[in-house]
Amino acid sequence: MIDYLGDLLEGLLLTIQLSFTALGIGLVLGLAAALARKYGRRPLSYLANAYIELVRGTPLTVQLFIIYFGLPSLGILFSPTLSAIIALGINSGAYQAEYFRGAIESIGGGQMEAALSLGMSKLQAILRIMLPQAFRLALPSWSNEAAYLPKYSSVAFLVTVPELLARSKMVISRNLRPLEVYFVVGLIYLATIATISKILDMVYDKYKITIE
Amino acid sequence: MGPRKEAIGDWHLTKVVSVRDVWKSYGKVEVVRGVSFDVDEGTTTVIFGPSGAGKSTLLRCINMLHPPDRGTVFLRDIDLMKAGNKINYYRSKFGMVFQHFNLFSHMTVLDNVMTGPKIVKKIPHDQAKAIALQALAKVRMKDWCNHYPSQLSGGQKQRAGIARALAMDPEVILFDEPTSALDPELIGEVLQTMLDLAKEKKTMICVTHEMGFAKAVASEMIFVDEGAVVETGSPEHFFTSPKSERTKRFLNRLTELYGGHESRQKEEGC
Repeated sequence: MIDYLGDLLEGLLLTIQLSFTALGIGLVLGLAAALARKYGRRPLSYLANAYIELVRGTPLTVQLFIIYFGLPSLGILFSPTLSAIIALGINSGAYQAEYFRGAIESIGGGQMEAALSLGMSKLQAILRIMLPQAFRLALPSWSNEAAYLPKYSSVAFLVTVPELLARSKMVISRNLRPLEVYFVVGLIYLATIATISKILDMVYDKYKITIE
Repeated sequence: MGPRKEAIGDWHLTKVVSVRDVWKSYGKVEVVRGVSFDVDEGTTTVIFGPSGAGKSTLLRCINMLHPPDRGTVFLRDIDLMKAGNKINYYRSKFGMVFQHFNLFSHMTVLDNVMTGPKIVKKIPHDQAKAIALQALAKVRMKDWCNHYPSQLSGGQKQRAGIARALAMDPEVILFDEPTSALDPELIGEVLQTMLDLAKEKKTMICVTHEMGFAKAVASEMIFVDEGAVVETGSPEHFFTSPKSERTKRFLNRLTELYGGHESRQKEEGC
């Protein structure tokens, strides 16, 4: 009955690659934007703000289409998969920036003052004191992002990336059993996301901290 | 400016900190308005005054956490306003103890105390650990070194905060209302620790309303109101013959609130 499972799992592999690469790109962009917004000087903090608001205010599909269909007219050409990774990464970064900023703000300025008063530079204080705590505090909301991304990454099928959803459409065009195939695809997403959430929950329990 | 020494009788006191006409505003609010004073080596200076008088800001001007708008602060003969990019180094010569402790939540007590020597002074791990344990022993917190701040009482947190400052072997320790956030029964253990330090001739600048502490160890007291020094003198001066009406009123209010100067001292069991 599920002779097409191999096809779907190949799609899942690509979905996971897309999501995790985008999550990584988003982590770097998000951290940079959060720090720029919180500690950066004027032009830098404005730039970070603009990035966050622009991305959060427009649909992911529009962002993806601009990169895949729009940029080629400027002579910038990315493969479908790369377009999807860039769009998802930039998108995720804006949301992650807000998670990290919220976390940094909940630590409060007192620990920053304490670190500086020991003689640390601002950079040392951020790297040694603020960021390790921001990661821990942001983890629950960051887990959401990790759970959303495999689902959001399904927009990649719109630009012909053969990820899980695209594969299921191909399977259905062969066997004409949409109810069954979409049900199985749903289960695969569910299992994937449940696994990711479980792992991140365990990480959170191990590293969680209490801010006074 | 050379090293400023003054001969008082047979004593040669060296000024560790000289605050010179320090002004600081936030927006349009002038928080500190032309404060000057000197701190001699091995002495305790107590700064007190109503809340909002600019005491905490003044402390942060002294170690350049918030550099003054005008005036300057000398650490021995170094003008801190001209320290440029060496300011982080000079700031490490000031220990600071905070009202709300500000311990690093993700670190154990030991790591809190080690992190300064390790990261700022680049002392190797084992040596930094030894320094930290020594500082923790001094504040009687060695047994708690593997606990996280959230597992401690307020008094323990503050003693750990003092150990964190001590581990850097600072020239001066700044105390910013170290007992104001504590439950009354926990104040004694922190005051006792501060008394011990004063008796060891650590140079300390304390913003506090603990008049018993001031009476016991302060060599100079400074009453600050509305960002300016109202009156300066020894504890004897303040408790017997304060000059300014404002000082008298404030001291009376403190006495009403906390009882006599001595009452707290007697409660200390540790």
